[in-house]
Amino acid sequence: MDISQYLEIFIEESKEHLQGLNTSLLELEKGTVSKDVINEVFRAAHTLKGMAATMGFKGMNLLTHDMENVLSEIRNDNIKVDAKLLDVLFQCLDALERFVDNIIETGSEGQDNNAEIIKNLNMILNGNNVVPETSHKEHGVDHNSLSETKSDSSDSKEHKYATIPFTDFEKHAFSSASKEKYNCFGITIYIADSCVLKSARAFIIFRTLENLGQIIKANPSVQDIEDENFDNDFSVFIVSKEDEVEVRRQLMTIAEVEEVLVGHIKVEDVEEGSTDESDDPIEIPQKESEQANSNTKSKPKTNRTVRVDIERLDTLMNLVSELIIIKNGLETVENTNQNFTDQIEYLERITTNLHDAVMKVRMVPIERVFNRFPRLIRDLSRQLEKNMEFHMSGEETELDRTVIDEIGDPLVHLIRNSADHGIEMPNVRAQNGKNPMGQVYLKAYQDGNNVVIEVADDGNGIDVKRVKAKAIEKGTISVEQGEVMSEQEIIELLFKPSFSTTDVISDVSGRGVGLDVVKTKIEALGGIIEVKNELGKGSKFIIRLPLTLAIIQALMVNIADEKYAIPLNTIQNIENVSIDDIKFIQNQEVINLRGQVIPVLRLYDILEVDKEPVNKDFITVVIVNKGDRKAGFVVDSLIGQQEIVIKTLGKFLASIKMIAGATILGDGDVALILDVNTLV
Amino acid sequence: MDMNNKQLKNAEATQYIVVKIGREQYGINIKYIQNIVRIQNITRVPKAPYYFKGVINLRGEIIPVMSIRLKFGLEVEEDTFNTRIIIVKISGQVIGLIVDEVKEVTEIPEEDIQTVAREANDERGNYIIGVGKVKNELVTLLNLEGFINLNS
Repeated sequence: MDISQYLEIFIEESKEHLQGLNTSLLELEKGTVSKDVINEVFRAAHTLKGMAATMGFKGMNLLTHDMENVLSEIRNDNIKVDAKLLDVLFQCLDALERFVDNIIETGSEGQDNNAEIIKNLNMILNGNNVVPETSHKEHGVDHNSLSETKSDSSDSKEHKYATIPFTDFEKHAFSSASKEKYNCFGITIYIADSCVLKSARAFIIFRTLENLGQIIKANPSVQDIEDENFDNDFSVFIVSKEDEVEVRRQLMTIAEVEEVLVGHIKVEDVEEGSTDESDDPIEIPQKESEQANSNTKSKPKTNRTVRVDIERLDTLMNLVSELIIIKNGLETVENTNQNFTDQIEYLERITTNLHDAVMKVRMVPIERVFNRFPRLIRDLSRQLEKNMEFHMSGEETELDRTVIDEIGDPLVHLIRNSADHGIEMPNVRAQNGKNPMGQVYLKAYQDGNNVVIEVADDGNGIDVKRVKAKAIEKGTISVEQGEVMSEQEIIELLFKPSFSTTDVISDVSGRGVGLDVVKTKIEALGGIIEVKNELGKGSKFIIRLPLTLAIIQALMVNIADEKYAIPLNTIQNIENVSIDDIKFIQNQEVINLRGQVIPVLRLYDILEVDKEPVNKDFITVVIVNKGDRKAGFVVDSLIGQQEIVIKTLGKFLASIKMIAGATILGDGDVALILDVNTLV
Repeated sequence: MDMNNKQLKNAEATQYIVVKIGREQYGINIKYIQNIVRIQNITRVPKAPYYFKGVINLRGEIIPVMSIRLKFGLEVEEDTFNTRIIIVKISGQVIGLIVDEVKEVTEIPEEDIQTVAREANDERGNYIIGVGKVKNELVTLLNLEGFINLNS
């Protein structure tokens, strides 16, 4: 049996329990000290302890064990929940997270023994003069004191091993071992009712036993134990150099082991008649037990979900892409046969559904990212000495897995920004007639083919004048430029590399690496970020991300004899504009569209097309938007809407920003996809 | 047996594909070469470096294509029946090179390769490993790593 097969489950489940622990602790901190919440915290710590012990992660086990002691005292009303206690518990949580992170990265939990935290935990325990007689005594409250007395709880538990008969072979093993000055023990081990992975637990027990000595016999058989064909107890016989107390102590340190009953097997009792024939009789039974260990694979519990490597999903997605390309190819084949067109339509429906299905498989709720933010705000409130309340909504909104993995850091940045720069100190807020409690909002929702994430606060907002002054001081813009820039344009300066307005560099933010990184990241994900700002009232950062990354709907257009794709989700509408309606503002061609002035971009020039445009009285303008900003692309003609598969241009051409990628058309030709974000 | 002897004898020899660009012959180490395809529709990519002709679709993959002529500062010639795109892979990146003609595959033993003295500031010097002799003809051996600079 190999423990690594459980590692992934362990990691996933640990994360879940840590998240649960986090939520409950925050709940406690809010002042809701209900039995339910405390039980929740206790349960999470207890389960983590058990899981860590199962996997043999000692540090994690020790820490959770001590946490559990404190929590159980809280549960018994012997310790009151206060800020100091919560701080220590949060420290524990962080330490556990570090353990799990280490396990993810290296497979081992690392060397940190968290002595400080454990000391604090024990101080809390002792400071309250708690008698260490708790309901968890049988879990071994003190690792050094040996519970030599069979505790009360063992009343109902029997020394079952005493009634198990031996075969001649086993008797022989005992007598030989005894002659070699080994101790022979019969052991009955009771596992807690609540234990989930009994076989895995048994595996740990067997591993411990193997370190102690040789296993002669197990009842039920090793095979049955590994298949979980036993109730809550099983008996084993071992020969060991260790004494009874040590054997029991070592077994009791394993979590979820409720009771261990150990007794000497006297060789006389076994009545071994014959003299020993072999020199090393222990060898054979050991081999037997090893064999039993190695040829049993634990059967994972059946589940209705399947864990799939993201790469396999990528492969699946690529194949769907290929299928769509072929389908597009078939559509261009000239065929007037009605049957053929029917079949093509059928195929199209299937590929579209297939694409949707694969997309859905890749979608995960954004909750996974959002979960860590309540804690972040809590820590920031402490650190910055500001009072803040955090509101989240739309955690169930789903996004592509790849986006989920990348979006965390930018959001952390924005939330830190809101807390640090946005929310004012409580006294300032009171002076301005605001609620001293600052509000930070995080919201996600789906909007058509986009997912929108908003980070907002009711703080002071962005001081545009200060930003402008700073930009001029830094030489980012000239005084004259500053004069003509709109508020929105000035705010956008914040996204320029190395631009930070905080005069004091704080731990939280203000190192000048921030918003530009956020912006780059979001644009790399095909998204955009914009800011809504009201001085004195707060600011809102709005992130728009595409639902899918690989396959999109696009409008195909002709520019001279070249074909380009414009992502459909960026297009607002298409206009036929008379040449006479084009006006000039500051040397820029614009049209006035229903009261809105929109700059007109001649793709002929921007794309450096090597032909003279044909002069027409009417031109086709595709109106695109990037957040609130709009622009009109002048194109020669429209080809139509098409589902396209995005492919990258590769490293050599990656520096060309205005092209987002390429796609293969039905006839096998390549068309480039325009990056509306950079063009507008 | 014959094969074995031959292999032993040429243990030091590297295989090159000999191509024609203008009047000169160039050798490209065969270890880089993935494929050789006929010239096909190339989609121009705006703002690309001047020697990039654009991208092609090679069985569903988008591959950038560069012209060796342009890179060497020669004038562009019309594509002919013999024009080929050599698909090479360098540091994990696939790229196509347009050549006027593919002549042959040949082995050039180490001793038949002469390194050329290069001037320090000669950019083109970076493109060349040396000059190999093949049947009384001279073949300039391309240094693909220098020629296709990922950072440029």
